[in-house]
Order: sequence, then structure tokens, then C-alpha cells
Amino acid sequence: MTHDFSQEITGDRESENSQNQEGNNWQQYFTFNTDHKVIGIQYMVMTFMFFLIGGLLAMLIRAELLTPESNLVDRPLYNGLFTMHGTIMIFLWIIPFNAGLSNYLVPLMIGARDMAFPLLNAISFWILPPAGLLLLSSFFVPNGTAQSGWWSYPPISLQIPGGGLINGEFIWIVSLVLIGISSIMGAVNFMTTIFWMRAPGMTFFRMPVFVWSVLSAQLLQLINLPALTGALILLLFDLSFGTQFFKPDGNGDPIIYQHLFWFYSHPAVYIMALPAFGIFAEVLPAFSRNPLFGYRSVALATLGIAFISIFVWAHHMFTSATPGWMRMTFMATSMLVAIPTGIKAFAWTATIWRSKLHLETPMLFAMGGAAMFIFGGVTGVMLAATPFDIHVNNTYFVVGHFHYIVFNTITMAIFAAIYYWFPKITGRMYAEGWGKLHFWLTFIPANITFFSMHPLGLQGMLRRVSSYDPQYQGWNIIASLASFLLGASTLPFIANIVGSWLYGPRAVDNPWHATGLEWTTSSPPPRDNFEEIPIVKRPPYDYGNPKYSIIENSNNNE
Amino acid sequence: MFSVFEYVLIAVYVAVLLVVSRWIGQQAFSWMPPQATAEAQRVDDLFSFLVSIGAFILLGLIGIMIYAIAFHRAPPEDYTEGHPSRGDARLEILWTATPTLLVVWIAFQSFNIYQQLNILGLKQIVHLHTPLESAPAYAATVSDVPKPASETIDVFVKQWDWSFRYPNNVTSNQLHLPINRSTRLNLQAQDVIHGFYVPEFRLKQDIIPGRDIDIVLTPIRSGKYRLKDSQFSGTYFALMETDVYVESLDQYNQWLTQTANSEQTPANQAVAENIQPPKTLFNSGWNTVTPAQPGIANKRKQNNDT
Repeated sequence: MTHDFSQEITGDRESENSQNQEGNNWQQYFTFNTDHKVIGIQYMVMTFMFFLIGGLLAMLIRAELLTPESNLVDRPLYNGLFTMHGTIMIFLWIIPFNAGLSNYLVPLMIGARDMAFPLLNAISFWILPPAGLLLLSSFFVPNGTAQSGWWSYPPISLQIPGGGLINGEFIWIVSLVLIGISSIMGAVNFMTTIFWMRAPGMTFFRMPVFVWSVLSAQLLQLINLPALTGALILLLFDLSFGTQFFKPDGNGDPIIYQHLFWFYSHPAVYIMALPAFGIFAEVLPAFSRNPLFGYRSVALATLGIAFISIFVWAHHMFTSATPGWMRMTFMATSMLVAIPTGIKAFAWTATIWRSKLHLETPMLFAMGGAAMFIFGGVTGVMLAATPFDIHVNNTYFVVGHFHYIVFNTITMAIFAAIYYWFPKITGRMYAEGWGKLHFWLTFIPANITFFSMHPLGLQGMLRRVSSYDPQYQGWNIIASLASFLLGASTLPFIANIVGSWLYGPRAVDNPWHATGLEWTTSSPPPRDNFEEIPIVKRPPYDYGNPKYSIIENSNNNE
Repeated sequence: MFSVFEYVLIAVYVAVLLVVSRWIGQQAFSWMPPQATAEAQRVDDLFSFLVSIGAFILLGLIGIMIYAIAFHRAPPEDYTEGHPSRGDARLEILWTATPTLLVVWIAFQSFNIYQQLNILGLKQIVHLHTPLESAPAYAATVSDVPKPASETIDVFVKQWDWSFRYPNNVTSNQLHLPINRSTRLNLQAQDVIHGFYVPEFRLKQDIIPGRDIDIVLTPIRSGKYRLKDSQFSGTYFALMETDVYVESLDQYNQWLTQTANSEQTPANQAVAENIQPPKTLFNSGWNTVTPAQPGIANKRKQNNDT
């Protein structure tokens, strides 16, 4: 393999040579690099930092909720904490992490040398760190961060008691608009790459489901994100320049904001979840040695979820002066999502059925995430049922459901992805024992934390309260203690990833004997991904083919 | 793709699941707060139904995964195929049809129960100032005809204070409702969006400033409940609770005359906390909207009434 040799040479020459930046020089991750793999790692590492910050905020929130009284943080700070927790986790962790993972994987998976617009790709990334730091800086402005929740509903978001043009809400809006611009740029790039950069023979129905899911998620970004960006700009005008789009005392309508906001922010859940489903579709077949069951229906169900999710936004507004006919219409459309997601869940289960399971860390996270998604999906259908939703809307039942999706499903899938592609990305193996420890330290506390929220919500504990009635304390203590354990579970993960990246044993090209083009190139891949562009002749998920079953082949697939 | 043994196994498994999920569905009633309105009974029926179906799906799929983990582990170095099956048209049709039928069933049940609730509809929810005759055609599909109510109570809500005006112009910070009589609540917000929520009633309705929103409810269980603000309303959001009393008509009328004769000025928790903040470990010092004194609130709502 000639490129290994050239890689060593570039490693010696350091960053002099901008053509071959795949060496071990860590400085490249802090530069304006156009290699999709470097950008992918930049995204993933940076968003993980924000995940840690968001997690610390969550633990502060849970610490406040240990007791019914307000005694750890004062109420404005509490409101700032949950606002920033939600904002960071959604807009600076899951969505951009998925962008990073997709950035790394999509060109490799479709046999391309890079993304369609490498320069645009680098720009989309480099918008994020300033936007994120800007958001965090709002902790230090005189009246603190935005405090109206990540929905930022007017008129509450327009109340700035301390006054001042530069306030937390202003900063929040500006940084979200920046992040939105970055996402739209990314979406254009992903769509173009998937449509035009596929290797010869890589037809749509030979693409891995992960690529299908990126395609669907980015399609949603393009269609729906402008609605949020528009709403935020109008909100900024109301906040700072005296317009009255959403102000009820000036003939504005705050409900319009809710429509625009949820028109993006419901599909946003699928922008986050679809790549997670894609990860399951990659990991589950590899570790059960079966082709993905019903590949074609799973691929089409991915598009189906994206399509239906455009028409469900008003189910967040069942209690917001929404007329009866609209409640019933959106109840019906919201429930339709259960059909394609059901197809997916059944297909995963059938893939596992009568298989040869290898329970390595990625598989544990994928199976755990898929199982927890079924729980989150079931409560999701419940929430679509208007009469029940009216009772639990804005209670901890919704918080529990939402975290079953965003943590127990999506973040678990992200961990599965990190472990699964770690050897490909770094060229080294992680420590299996530490990975399993991380899984159990995550899976058990996550379930305890977020399950506890369901009975709280059924009993009527509202979300976003900084103090609560003593009757709710029992489940709150359980949720809080488990959440601290959940926070601690990232420590073995960080130790494992950092340690293995530096000192882990060298990984072979295809340690999991997996199918997929990304496993045919070296680990880590060379600057241009492939020695020569592969020609695809096989269906995806070709498990059962001896090529992927023989141990000896793993070092050299050609 | 299945052997006879597996068919039998699946049949037994499904039968067990049906029994277990039905039982879990029955348990669901006890997870809810007491049923204090007729609507609460309907909602709980729906919840139990949803829990039964949900438990069946959840246990079914997770059971298969656990079965695979228990009986289908590969030896460490065995990377050969599990089964080569890529798909099975019959199975795929079956599991497209299954969620479709379930969704239709769930939607039908939810629609039915929503109609039985008859809590509010387009006409009731927002006063559009159009005559009832010109109601749009869709009004017929979902019941939008106001439920006749024997009482109307005005609910005024502001940061962070609930107040109520009763038919004889009595105002109070407590909500009193006669049992077994339908009462119309006319909800009005002054500043930001709030939400009317009593968990035992199962009903919730956002209150939008600038709109008159009605909600009709019929309490059926006497007792004392807590009314909460269900839509985040700022700093003292958590303190915005007040007592709700469901009592017999005699007691209700007695309370009305009593309150008419004695001006009450109850302490407002938000005001108290704004003056004397509780000690917290971390203090941000960020400004907050100052809650108005209840006295001012009472005066304003009498001058400002609709």
C-alpha cells in the first residue's frame, strides 16, 4: 500500500505540504481545511465539547430539582440553564454532530473523493465555533442568557426586564440564525454530493441506508429550516427594532411564531433521528451477520418519514388555541409517522432474528438505542392522540418522551457510530472493556432518569418549573441521582477515546468484516479516500458473501 | 423463513403478550391522578387503550431482541452469515399493514373520545365575532357547538397571578366550582401566554393575550385541587398555582355570598419572593419582571374587564 509510505513522509514534513494533510499533525484540525474527513472530525470533536457543556447544565438542573424548593440556583438562572441546555444539545450537539459524521462518511460510502463543494463545507463548519462561543458568552452579559426556553415563544421572549440592545435573547437569536445558515449550506452540499458524486454503479438502491437517511434529513433542512430562520429574524425585529409581528398588544399574533417555529422544529426531531436510524441500519446487520432485512422498504420508509414529518407540526400546539378541525387533522398526520417508523423497527428486529450476534460495543449501543426508540415511539403515538396530549402537554411526560428520543435513541446511536467507525477514522482500535463499561453506565442510568419523568408527567408535574409540589419529590430524586451517574458515564468514554486515539493498537482496514465502500479503503483513509474510485457491482449489506466473512481478508480487501 | 417450531413459539408468545399487555393497560388507570371531571374518565380510557397497544409492541419487539441475545450469539471468530434472507414480501406487507391498522384504530378511538370530550371547538375557542349560522362546513365534522353551561366564570391571568370573577361580580384568587354542573371559563391573559391546567381535570388550555378563549368543564368529584400555569410564563412560573375547590351548589353559593361581603387580599407568592428572595447557592443577579401587587391586580382587572 503505497499511501502508507507517503503518509509517513508527510508526517515528517509536518504541515508544509498542504496536498497531503492526512498525517498525524493535529494542527490541521485547527485550520481552514477542505478535506471532508478533517471537517468531519472538527465537527464531531467540537460538538462533543458542547455535549459536555450541555450535560453539565442538565446536571445543574437536576441538582436543583432534587428538592421541591428553589435552593441551588435562583429562578432567572434556572430559566437560563434549561434554555441553554436545550439550545446547546439540539443546535450545537446532535444536529452538527450528525453533520460531522455525515461529512466524514457520505463521500466514503458513495465512493467520492470529497464533498461536492469542499470550500463551502469548510465555511459551514467555521461558522459554528463563533456562533457557539457567542451563545455561551450570553452567560456574561448583564441580564444573562435567554430565559424563555429553546422555543423562545413570544411574548415571553420579548420581555427583557433589564433592557439593553445586547441581551441574552438577542445573542440567542443571532447565534441561532448563524447556525441555521451553516446548516443550510451543509444541506446544499450534502444533497449535491449524494446526487452527483456517487461512484460508478452506486445506484440509489445500492446506497447504504445511512446515506438515504442523510439525504432525507438534509432535504428537511432545506425545506423547513428557512421557516425557523424567518421566524427568528421577525422575532429579532420585534425584540430590538420595535416591530409588532408577534406582539399581541400591537395587533401581532404570537401563534404565528408557534406555527413557523414548529414547522422547522418538529422535522428537526427527524433531522436528528434519521441519521440515528441510518446508524442502526449499518451497525445491526454488521454485528448480526445478516443483510438488512427489507432494505428497499427501509430506504423508502426513510424518505416517507421525512415527507410525513413536514405535515405534523401543529401537534405541538394542541393546547394553543388550535381549532378542533386542526387538532384532528394533525392528530391523523402525526400518527401516520408510525407507519414508516414501524417498518424500520420491524426491519431491525427481523435483521437480528436468527442471526449470529456479536455483542461488541457498537452493537450494544445500537441494540440498546433501537429498543429504547421503540419505547419513545410508543409514547410518541400517545402524544399524537389529542385527548391524551391535552393532559400531558408541557408536562414531564413530554420531557421523558423527548429524551427517550434524543438521548436514549439518538445519542446512543451516536455512541454506536463513534465506536463503530473509530477504527476507520483513527486507524486504531478502542478498548473493548472500557466501551462495554461505558455502555452499561449509560444505558441503565439513562433509562432510570428518563423513565422517571413519565410518571411525574402523568401526575401533572409541569416542565420548566424551578420548584415543585412535595408530592413529586420521590421520582425527582431517582431521576436526579441517575442523571449524575449518566453524567459520570462520559468519563470512561473520554478516557477510552483519547487514550485509544493516541496509544490504541493499530486497526485493520475492516475490523468488523463489514460491507460498505468505507471499509474497502485504508484506516484512516488517504486524502482522496480511495486509491482509485471503486466500481460498485453488489447490493448493499452483502452479508453472507464470503468476502466479508473470512478473517484473513480484513487487512487487504483487494 | 420460519420452521413449524418457530410458528408455535411465535403463537404462544403473541398469546402471552396479549394477556400481559392487557393487564398493563388496566394498571394504567392507577398511574393517573384522581378523575375529577367526566372528561377525565374518557381520557383515562384512551390512555389505558394506548398503553395496552404500546406494551404489546414494545414487549413484542424487545422480546425478540432478548431472544436473539440469549440464543443466537456467534462464537467470537465466526463471521459467517446468520441467515442470507434479504426480505420476505409477505412479512413486509404484514408489517406495513399492522402499523397502518393500529394507527387507524388509535386515530378512530382518539377521534371518538375527542368528540365525547366536547370541551371546545373553533367557535368556542376563539371568539371570531361571526354569527353561528355562517359556521364553516367542517364545523359539522368535529363538534363545535358550544356545550350549554350553567355558570360562566371569568379567569384573568397575568404574571404571576390568577384571579376569577364570578357571576355576581365577586372576585377572588381561588377557583370555586359547583359539582356536576357545567361551567364555562372565559380565559383572558394580560401579558404573556399562560396555560390553564388542573391535572385531575385532564384539561389544559393555553391562554393567549388578546384573545378570549373559553373552556367548558364539568367537575364530578368534590375536593381541593391545584390550578397550575402550564405554559412557561417567566421567572416565577413555578409559583403560579392556586387552589380549586369543587363543592356542592349550596356550599358554592354560600362561599359566593361570604366572599362578596369580605374583601380578601391573599398573599401572592411571586410578590413575596420578589421582595424576599429565597437563599440559593448560586445567585445570578439577573433582572426579573416585577410581579404586580395583588391589590393592583384586583383593581386593574375590575377596570380592565371585557
